[in-house]
Amino acid sequence: MTKCPLCEAAVEASEDPVEGELLECPECGSELEILDLDPVVLGEAPQAEEDWGE
Amino acid sequence: MRVGFLHSLIRPDEKLLIRELRRRGGVELVFLDDRQLVFDLRTPPAVDVILERSINHSRAMHALRLFESMGVRCVNRYEVSRKCGDKILTAVALQESGVPQPEVRVAFTEGSTLQAIEELDYPVVLKPAVGSWGRLLSRINDRQAAETVLEHKAILGSYHHSIFFAQKYVEKGGRDIRSFVVGDECIAAVYRTSDHWITNTARGATTSNCPVTAELAELSLKAAEAVGGGVLAVDLFETPEGLLVNEVNYTMEFRNSIGVTGVDIPERIVSYLLSADR
Repeated sequence: MTKCPLCEAAVEASEDPVEGELLECPECGSELEILDLDPVVLGEAPQAEEDWGE
Repeated sequence: MRVGFLHSLIRPDEKLLIRELRRRGGVELVFLDDRQLVFDLRTPPAVDVILERSINHSRAMHALRLFESMGVRCVNRYEVSRKCGDKILTAVALQESGVPQPEVRVAFTEGSTLQAIEELDYPVVLKPAVGSWGRLLSRINDRQAAETVLEHKAILGSYHHSIFFAQKYVEKGGRDIRSFVVGDECIAAVYRTSDHWITNTARGATTSNCPVTAELAELSLKAAEAVGGGVLAVDLFETPEGLLVNEVNYTMEFRNSIGVTGVDIPERIVSYLLSADR
């Protein structure tokens, strides 16, 4: 369990987290990125860029 | 086998692929975060193959070119990323291979694009050559709208928004088809349904299973082959005259299509990646 860096709500990572993984804060709905694994540290995910996609 | 996983942000699609790779025996996963990579043009990463899953088209395309120049096998290949990442190059590849697609025009100035749009006749869809998820698409229903959009793009857009790609609007009855091609097989397909004229799932479209008919499989494989083949998602429109290929995607998103099709898409992608003869 870790905290949303924006609203400080509790955020639970998956059982097998990886760096760079996207999560959504269950409270404020912000898109978050896992920056570190041991312990899990979250940051605000980057905003979509023009060439993002598939 | 050492598998390089080229990525930036890890979305649910990437997570499914990572889980599948970790499930396989004999696979060592090497994460290649494009935000941390530095290339010296000579030293390849110590991997046997690279699976490209970068969210940025420009980074993915250049990284693939660099990796391939150093002798690393990549899925998909650079040439595929180049053709699929640019809608104009996709249209050219489809045309050269005789794959049916909506009528298109390419032009470079406001005046010539207006002429092209009038030639296609309204409604017309103006698309940025590079872009995904239905962003910055403009459905243009009349001349006033055309003039407005073209003026805005010319003044507000960066230079690549002045390379105009116009496509005849296809009345698709509220849905399109996305088919999934892995190697020489069309493994699954979904309908993407929306009340909005843009039917990307990123814009809220819902998915349901679409039977892979012989016509759909044949055209999907032909479209995939036209851009170089590999692991590809083909977007198609149904018309009274038959299917038309709209786009081909090379870093395909599939998470909303596993449950409805019952096809383990990440398993199929990883099996293709690990097969020695690719």
